[in-house]
Amino acid sequence: MTEHFPVLIVIAPLFGALLCGLFGMRDHRVCLPIALAALGFSLACACGLLIRVADSGPVSYFVGGWKQPRGIGIELRADGINALVLVAIAVVSIIVAVYSHRRAEHDSVSKAPAFYVLFLLLTVGLFGITVTGDAFNLYVMVEVSSLTGYALIAMGSQPRGRFAAFQYIIMGTIGASFYLLGVGYLYLHTGALNMAQIQEILLASSTTAVPLVAFALIMVGLWIKMAFFPLGSWLPNAYTYSPNTTGSILAPLVTKVTVYIMIRIMLSVFTWEWIFQGTSWNQLVVWMSVVAILAGSVMALSQTDLKRMLCCLIIAEVGYMVGGAWLANRWGLVGSVYHILGDAFMTLTLFLAAGIFAKRARIYSIDRLDRMFRRQPLVMSGFAIGALGMIGLPPTCGFFSKWFLIRGGLESGHYEYVIALLISSLVNAVLFFRIFEIAYFGKKPSAGHDSGAHHEEAHDEHPLPHVRVDAHATDLIPLFAAASMVILTGLGSGWISGLIQRTLDEAGVPPAEVTLPGPSASKAP
Amino acid sequence: MHFLNEHIIPFFNYWIYVIIMMLGLHAMIVKRNLIKKLIGMSIFSTAIILFYVSIGVNNGGDIQGGKPGETHGNIPVIEHELAQEASHDPSTIDHRRYANPLPHVLMLTAIVVGVATLGVGLAVTLRIYRDYDSIEEDEILAKIAAAPARQTDD
Amino acid sequence: MRLFGLFAVLVTGALLLYGVKDFPHYGAADSPANGGIVPRYYLENTMKDARVPNAVTTTLADYRGYDTMFETSVVFTAGVAIFAILRVFGGDRNRHHPDSLRIRGDQFRIIVGTTSRLLIAPIQLFALYVLAHGHHSPGGGFQGGVIIGASFLLLSVARNLGESLTRLPEQRFFTLGATGVLIYAGIGLLCLLLGHHFLDYRALQHVLPGVSPEMARSHGILGVEIGVAITVSSIMFAIYANLSTRGELKKGL
Repeated sequence: MTEHFPVLIVIAPLFGALLCGLFGMRDHRVCLPIALAALGFSLACACGLLIRVADSGPVSYFVGGWKQPRGIGIELRADGINALVLVAIAVVSIIVAVYSHRRAEHDSVSKAPAFYVLFLLLTVGLFGITVTGDAFNLYVMVEVSSLTGYALIAMGSQPRGRFAAFQYIIMGTIGASFYLLGVGYLYLHTGALNMAQIQEILLASSTTAVPLVAFALIMVGLWIKMAFFPLGSWLPNAYTYSPNTTGSILAPLVTKVTVYIMIRIMLSVFTWEWIFQGTSWNQLVVWMSVVAILAGSVMALSQTDLKRMLCCLIIAEVGYMVGGAWLANRWGLVGSVYHILGDAFMTLTLFLAAGIFAKRARIYSIDRLDRMFRRQPLVMSGFAIGALGMIGLPPTCGFFSKWFLIRGGLESGHYEYVIALLISSLVNAVLFFRIFEIAYFGKKPSAGHDSGAHHEEAHDEHPLPHVRVDAHATDLIPLFAAASMVILTGLGSGWISGLIQRTLDEAGVPPAEVTLPGPSASKAP
Repeated sequence: MHFLNEHIIPFFNYWIYVIIMMLGLHAMIVKRNLIKKLIGMSIFSTAIILFYVSIGVNNGGDIQGGKPGETHGNIPVIEHELAQEASHDPSTIDHRRYANPLPHVLMLTAIVVGVATLGVGLAVTLRIYRDYDSIEEDEILAKIAAAPARQTDD
Repeated sequence: MRLFGLFAVLVTGALLLYGVKDFPHYGAADSPANGGIVPRYYLENTMKDARVPNAVTTTLADYRGYDTMFETSVVFTAGVAIFAILRVFGGDRNRHHPDSLRIRGDQFRIIVGTTSRLLIAPIQLFALYVLAHGHHSPGGGFQGGVIIGASFLLLSVARNLGESLTRLPEQRFFTLGATGVLIYAGIGLLCLLLGHHFLDYRALQHVLPGVSPEMARSHGILGVEIGVAITVSSIMFAIYANLSTRGELKKGL
């Protein structure tokens, strides 16, 4: 049975979604147990797969039994990077499933089963993206997850959310279609759709225009979908005005899994040498990611709405990951993959907390987190752990990912990237300590130049100064699970980075030396 | 003329589809009416589908000079006469006589995905119309700017 | 915005056309895309592996059946999504739709009604033919399912949405939709439980009496195509019902 893990992870939520469609439409209370059972099964299989991969290396599974000649069937391939991301997706999904208890029925009881069907199909899409080894199958899975994402955002009760969903549909389709065009160009050039086969054929042939154009198309398509500045204008509106549960599942996962796709394409389709020695774009991309990091941080500084601020921080985080992967340095790549895991949990924690404030106390803006540490210390401390992770303090995972990324930046000589990282950490510290100050000491009314605006907001938003925040158990348990994952990922950073390093060895990434014709070429210790 | 013969005529299908794709992309970005954007999206994805399918066309390779209809044309279906032999011996089939089935398969999937996305896009547009009474982007943005702060939801 | 759009389009178009110069010529039979190992295998072995002359059907439902399963679930997703976005229950009957028309033309109802009454049954029969004959000629589950869905659309256009809803009520939309995908995934799971890989139809020779592995594949392909047709037909009608009535399912076109 264990060799079937790769496919079981994907089809368990699929069966869950179908059972919700069959039985949930009659009685909506069966939906949550079915969802938890399906996701729990997937989590167990994902952990089993991770252990297997950590012990004995990459695992391949040929759906339909079509093993030879290679490429006629669809191959699912799990290596160290894959397996880690699978576990992360499974954990985040279960946490949000618990969090969604009773929230889905809030708007409309008869649409609650539809919510769970779409939720489970979203997880099917994300698992499918992560475990596949076939370029066209990747496109189908991207579309499954995108379509469910669009619908989940548009289902909400906010009119602005629906308009944001429309913008997301247009931009997301452009991104996915560019990816499809890129795969088409690759197929035309190589005649294969299996990622490993494409790599073999590309290595054996000379570089003509076609693989270059294919690479550019695929990268731009993925950048649109992961909201890499400036192609990410859809993200702040779409996630801010979506329902809280939807935001909690989409924000941590969708952009990070797209970053994973980019890394997978860079490693397993086009190889390291081809990208960094055959083309000369990495300098440009690193500069673009520097701009993304700074733009995200600056935008976040000017926000008063809590969720919108978090969305701008996501844009900055995507900048970290893209820059890290394009540094042409092993530590940068390790940092980028580790950051996928860490950022998923940190973003989850922050969005869960923001959702609790929004639903239970109608608190949307930062100023209204007045004295929150006293009113609701549990939720606020969960938020605080996520915030510390974003700033980058040990032992949270944020510290280790910044450590890897900075090391990669220094070793490869991209000092602009290191400076951008440090500035962004500083900006995060300013942002979150400002929130902690408001939450602990209370908002100071005479805060200088913006006191006028504060007074008006205070009158508009709440007649009473202190609103009770009734956090239920189904709010707190997911929040603490997410916060503890932030810390656990940090504590396990050694094991995780060791696994990533071994996977990169197998994928042929050279040890930490600079492949640029440039300054310092230091060896890894 | 030489440029035309060498660079465009042998690839005329790709040129046509790229131009159609760019028309669709232009509509998606520039137009302000939501339905026009969706139509642009549909044109864009249809052009990609045609692009892929035209990859799989087989003009018979070096089986030239036969009568029209001698090559099996563009259907990837094995004829009845050859079917029995082919069950035992794959080498009786000459792949150059049939169209390539793989792009057809891939594009069946892409068509379905495109239809699904278009359906969801239209549903969202209908809902936006119900909320804002308009499907022009600038009018909607003006109404959003004038609207009050957000209400609660789950 | 216009300038940016024009610029983006010109740059993208130039990039795409730059790649075209290295493409194989139109219709080249020995290009890597057409003559590579993988497409040749599909054409050469479709009869040997599955006794199905139509190479597209074998590739779709057997070699790349995993993709097709998720494509079917995309159809199901679209139906559920449109329901979730648009559906309103117990709509405001007094709300006046400013743009609704009354179409004058009741006098033609007899012509349209009679013609459709004569046509709908042959259409559905043809759909079943397309589904079953997908092995031997272009056709298959998607095509057959869409034609069945179209027959319901014809009924609702010719008569009344209400009449077609009595034949396929709303409660059945997602039951049928989910059933179709369950048939597909269920066949795959059955193969897995019988000891082979997921969606490896050879395993079906253990449950179907007296068939060879190749015929088991052929039957497996037919089974999944039936599942696909069930899903596609019900969801097509569900999408039409929701979109054409803006989610109210009261008056129709």
